[in-house]
Amino acid sequence: MTRPRGSSYCCLAPRAWGDPARDPRDLCPQMRFMLLFSRQGKLRLQKWCVAAGERERRKMVRELMQVVLARKPKMCSFLEWRDLKVVYKRLYFCCAIEGPDNELLTLELIHRYVELLDKYFGSVCELDIIFNFEKAYFILDEFLMGGEIQDTSKKSVLKAIEQADLLQEEDESPRSVLEEMGLA
Amino acid sequence: MVVGFVVGGTEPLIGKSKEAEIKRINKELANIRSKFKGDKALDGYSKKKYVCKLLFIFLLGHDIDFGHMEAVNLLSSNRYTEKQIGYLFISVLVNSNSELIRLINNAIKNDLASRNPTFMGLALHCIANVGSREMAEAFAGEIPKILVAGDTMDSVKQSAALCLLRLYRTSPDLVPMGDWTSRVVHLLNDQHLGVVTAATSLITTLAQKNPEEFKTSVSLAVSRLSRIVTSASTDLQDYTYYFVPAPWLSVKLLRLLQCYPPPDPAVRGRLTECLETILNKAQEPPKSKKVQHSNAKNAVLFEAISLIIHHDSEPNLLVRACNQLGQFLQHRETNLRYLALESMCTLASSEFSHEAVKTHIETVINALKTERDVSVRQRAVDLLYAMCDRSNAQQIVAEMLNYLETADYSIREEIVLKVAILAEKYAVDYTWYVDTILNLIRIAGDYVSEEVWYRVIQIVINRDDVQGYAAKTVFEALQAPACHENLVKVGGYILGEFGNLIAGDPRSSPLIQFNLLHSKFHLCSVPTRALLLSTYIKFVNLFPEIKTTIQDVLRSDSQLKNADVELQQRAVEYLRLSTIASTDILATVLEEMPPFPERESSILAKLKKKKGPSTVTDLEEIKKERSSDMNGSAEPTPVNASNVSTPSPSADLLGLGAVPLTNSAPAPSSSGSLLVDVFSDSSVAVPLAPGSEDNFASSSDLASSEVVSEEPADAVHDADELIHKFICKNNGVLFENQLLQIGLKSEFRQNLGRMFIFYGNKTSTQFLNFTPTVICSDELQSSLNLQTKPVDPIVDGGAQVQQVVNIECISDFMDAPILNIQFRYGGTLQNLSVKLPITLNKFFQPTEMSSQDFFQRWKQLSSSKQEVQNIFKAKHPMDTEITKAKIIGFGSALLEEVDPNPANFVGAGIIHTKTIQIGCLLRLEPNLQAQMYRLTLRTSKEAVSRRLCELLSEQF
Repeated sequence: MTRPRGSSYCCLAPRAWGDPARDPRDLCPQMRFMLLFSRQGKLRLQKWCVAAGERERRKMVRELMQVVLARKPKMCSFLEWRDLKVVYKRLYFCCAIEGPDNELLTLELIHRYVELLDKYFGSVCELDIIFNFEKAYFILDEFLMGGEIQDTSKKSVLKAIEQADLLQEEDESPRSVLEEMGLA
Repeated sequence: MVVGFVVGGTEPLIGKSKEAEIKRINKELANIRSKFKGDKALDGYSKKKYVCKLLFIFLLGHDIDFGHMEAVNLLSSNRYTEKQIGYLFISVLVNSNSELIRLINNAIKNDLASRNPTFMGLALHCIANVGSREMAEAFAGEIPKILVAGDTMDSVKQSAALCLLRLYRTSPDLVPMGDWTSRVVHLLNDQHLGVVTAATSLITTLAQKNPEEFKTSVSLAVSRLSRIVTSASTDLQDYTYYFVPAPWLSVKLLRLLQCYPPPDPAVRGRLTECLETILNKAQEPPKSKKVQHSNAKNAVLFEAISLIIHHDSEPNLLVRACNQLGQFLQHRETNLRYLALESMCTLASSEFSHEAVKTHIETVINALKTERDVSVRQRAVDLLYAMCDRSNAQQIVAEMLNYLETADYSIREEIVLKVAILAEKYAVDYTWYVDTILNLIRIAGDYVSEEVWYRVIQIVINRDDVQGYAAKTVFEALQAPACHENLVKVGGYILGEFGNLIAGDPRSSPLIQFNLLHSKFHLCSVPTRALLLSTYIKFVNLFPEIKTTIQDVLRSDSQLKNADVELQQRAVEYLRLSTIASTDILATVLEEMPPFPERESSILAKLKKKKGPSTVTDLEEIKKERSSDMNGSAEPTPVNASNVSTPSPSADLLGLGAVPLTNSAPAPSSSGSLLVDVFSDSSVAVPLAPGSEDNFASSSDLASSEVVSEEPADAVHDADELIHKFICKNNGVLFENQLLQIGLKSEFRQNLGRMFIFYGNKTSTQFLNFTPTVICSDELQSSLNLQTKPVDPIVDGGAQVQQVVNIECISDFMDAPILNIQFRYGGTLQNLSVKLPITLNKFFQPTEMSSQDFFQRWKQLSSSKQEVQNIFKAKHPMDTEITKAKIIGFGSALLEEVDPNPANFVGAGIIHTKTIQIGCLLRLEPNLQAQMYRLTLRTSKEAVSRRLCELLSEQF
């Protein structure tokens, strides 16, 4: 028998314990993707935790941005979209998770990531993420892997990033950033 | 590093107009392309810079079709930053270009073996980010070793655990369980909380599939959880999040415990303490005013409640959980109200807490009225539905109907279904039920699906105590100047059956009833008009006094000469019937409908379909399952219980298509007479003596003897002939010439398959650059998902190499994929293409069924679009046993003793695709004298019937 993908929110049936195979998707929900986009609907960062074709991705992003941007303030941070649950935060960090995942903790996962960016860039702004997108990705990679949180400690994540930066300095001939940008 | 995107040192790219951006980017792309193509080799730094720019452009939303090779080159750099950018590019932009995947895998392999934790981390991240099957094949064996090795650094362990989890999710079959599993469980005891967090995620997923192997994780998880919840808020240092100790780990541990039943008493006591502590903490004043503090704390609390509900064994905890959620229902945070409503839904299904949930009914109703966010209101509707039982059904249904008047369009249909179900299920008084459904039609007629109004008619017909009331009520409802068409349908049907029950009242005399209905006639759609015509002929029987009025109407040009064939036919036939039939005959033909057999409510089925089966399992059933004597006496079932099921699940729900005639039509009694009806035209089918029993050979013998007789294929490589040999079998030689032999072995199960392709070098010289590629047309790509592993580019003389193709059928398809092979042999390039025999019938699952079932289904698939027939000349000797073997090889079940003509063959099966399953019936009628066959395929999809018929016709 085929089951619809993704459990929906209102599960009236008790989970049959002793037979975990009965609803195999229920206990190990997975984050499907994470997006960061601007109020103007510009996508700034995307992390996909499950395989999806490029065209399908773009379609989902477009559709989801519309839905989220239309939400009014004070509305609830969770919404159902397709067979997923979307957890979002203003300035539009947006995580698509499977139904039974923990919504509040996903909200805090976004917060923790923003804290990490803040700490690294010193009060992060959109331009930081645009021009240092690779750093934003590296930090996210240290923090999340395949949609699962890798380390919840701010210190460990930042330490890993700092170490990487040290390696980078060793590597690189010291070229001026401004020169690189053609501003010198 | 900052990506320089500036020409002439002026303004940055961002914020310019769309046109300017595109122009700017095309220029930049041209520049990068020329750098990559230039004669001068780029140094690592420049390569990195340009790859990074490409990535930037891609992330702005533009297509990038080059640079992959340069990115792969960066992977093998020893410089960290170059490697890092290379990996990032691959992670974001990788496609399943097989050539590249091999190179990427090589680089990853080197980095994993480097023992440099930073490089290992990058490599593991790349595997997790790409997560493809190829990567799983290459690394699923290696990663567990890294994970449990004693000298692996903590950070690498964390990455390895999550990387393995990702691979397990994509390709569980490739991650072997083994010695490492017990060592992974012990990571729950690790000193490093980061390692424990990552390991818990992995263990939970593994434990769900292999509960036995990970049983020991239960007690370890409980003791870990216990240490966390009792720790002081500073104990865990950086793992304390806004004064909440390790919220992520706590939630993961609680989730892991939901894979198992309540543990043994010793462990259970400790767990109950943990859960009580978590509930107690919710009552303590917050340690911080920050929302992060309350979110993290409540995240743990909600997960604990999930576990309590999952165990469903501690009434005390369940009730406490319910009270806690009750507080949240009135919390000022919208998020908490939303989650409390959602969580309470599950709590309502526990017999221990159902009553406690019900005490919050007023709050929930209030939420329905006052919440400003539709997603919260939707949760409130769900909860009301979940907490509904006989005691509060009238109130809840009334509130839902109220809400329906202003409800958002997006959720109206669902509310209609829920109201209809609750009204039926908890109706003690069926007048209330009829009122409710008519109200539904009045308030939200457009959202009332057919199932809903079919159902009300079914119930009225089955319960004679409500028929008079129903007739009176619909008559009154029809008085409204503008009433919904669904009401006209219900009204027409009910008055046609039971109008006589109210005809005694001069205010609803036969003529008034008829005029009322007929006043709506011209505003209705064709199906409704057809139904009304049937009502009129029923009136002829019920009320002989208005017969002439009705005959006049039927005789009018607008009826007898109606452009719609159905309406015209009804008018003609009903008029004729009313004229020639005697009163007795009329009375028999137009008799009251007999009660409907009891079966699952089609509305419930519809809601299940809409929301997924788990969402609507109803409490009553669960209670019955658990404690059969909970409800004491048997409750009145809404449908007449004397009519136990007659198995006709798929017949038209009400037989509305021919209302007055159903009773008179002689039901086909035996399968024999049915056959005449079903296979009426049998000009080709001629009886044929059944083959002698001695000729029986097993189907496998037949298959193998065919392999032997195969001719090497000639030059027409990609013609369909090659494919036809493999329609009814899975193994054999696909192609052979002087240089190369291609053999196939394949297996299919449901919508998945795996094909092994063997390439044999028949010469004594090496093949170089040997590259087989499987090509799917664009159209085919969307319905067939093929994954191949690259093969070694060198094939030694006399050697054979093997390639695996993993196949997933997404939806039905026509064409076959093409296998293109290129290689160098003695300096010349060889290029050949053959079609790969992956055909739709490979995804057949045979279905056994009785003769009766077969013909019932056969009849249901009788429209011209569902049936495809082919009459053709036999190409092979007409041998019964070979034919049988071929039909079985084709994939369907061969149904014996189903067709009354023993010479004919019938088969049945289901084509499995990821998106749909298609039931297929087939019938093959041989005509020995004419040396011809007639093949008929019936499926629910025309394209499938056609394709299967095409494929199978070639076999005989």
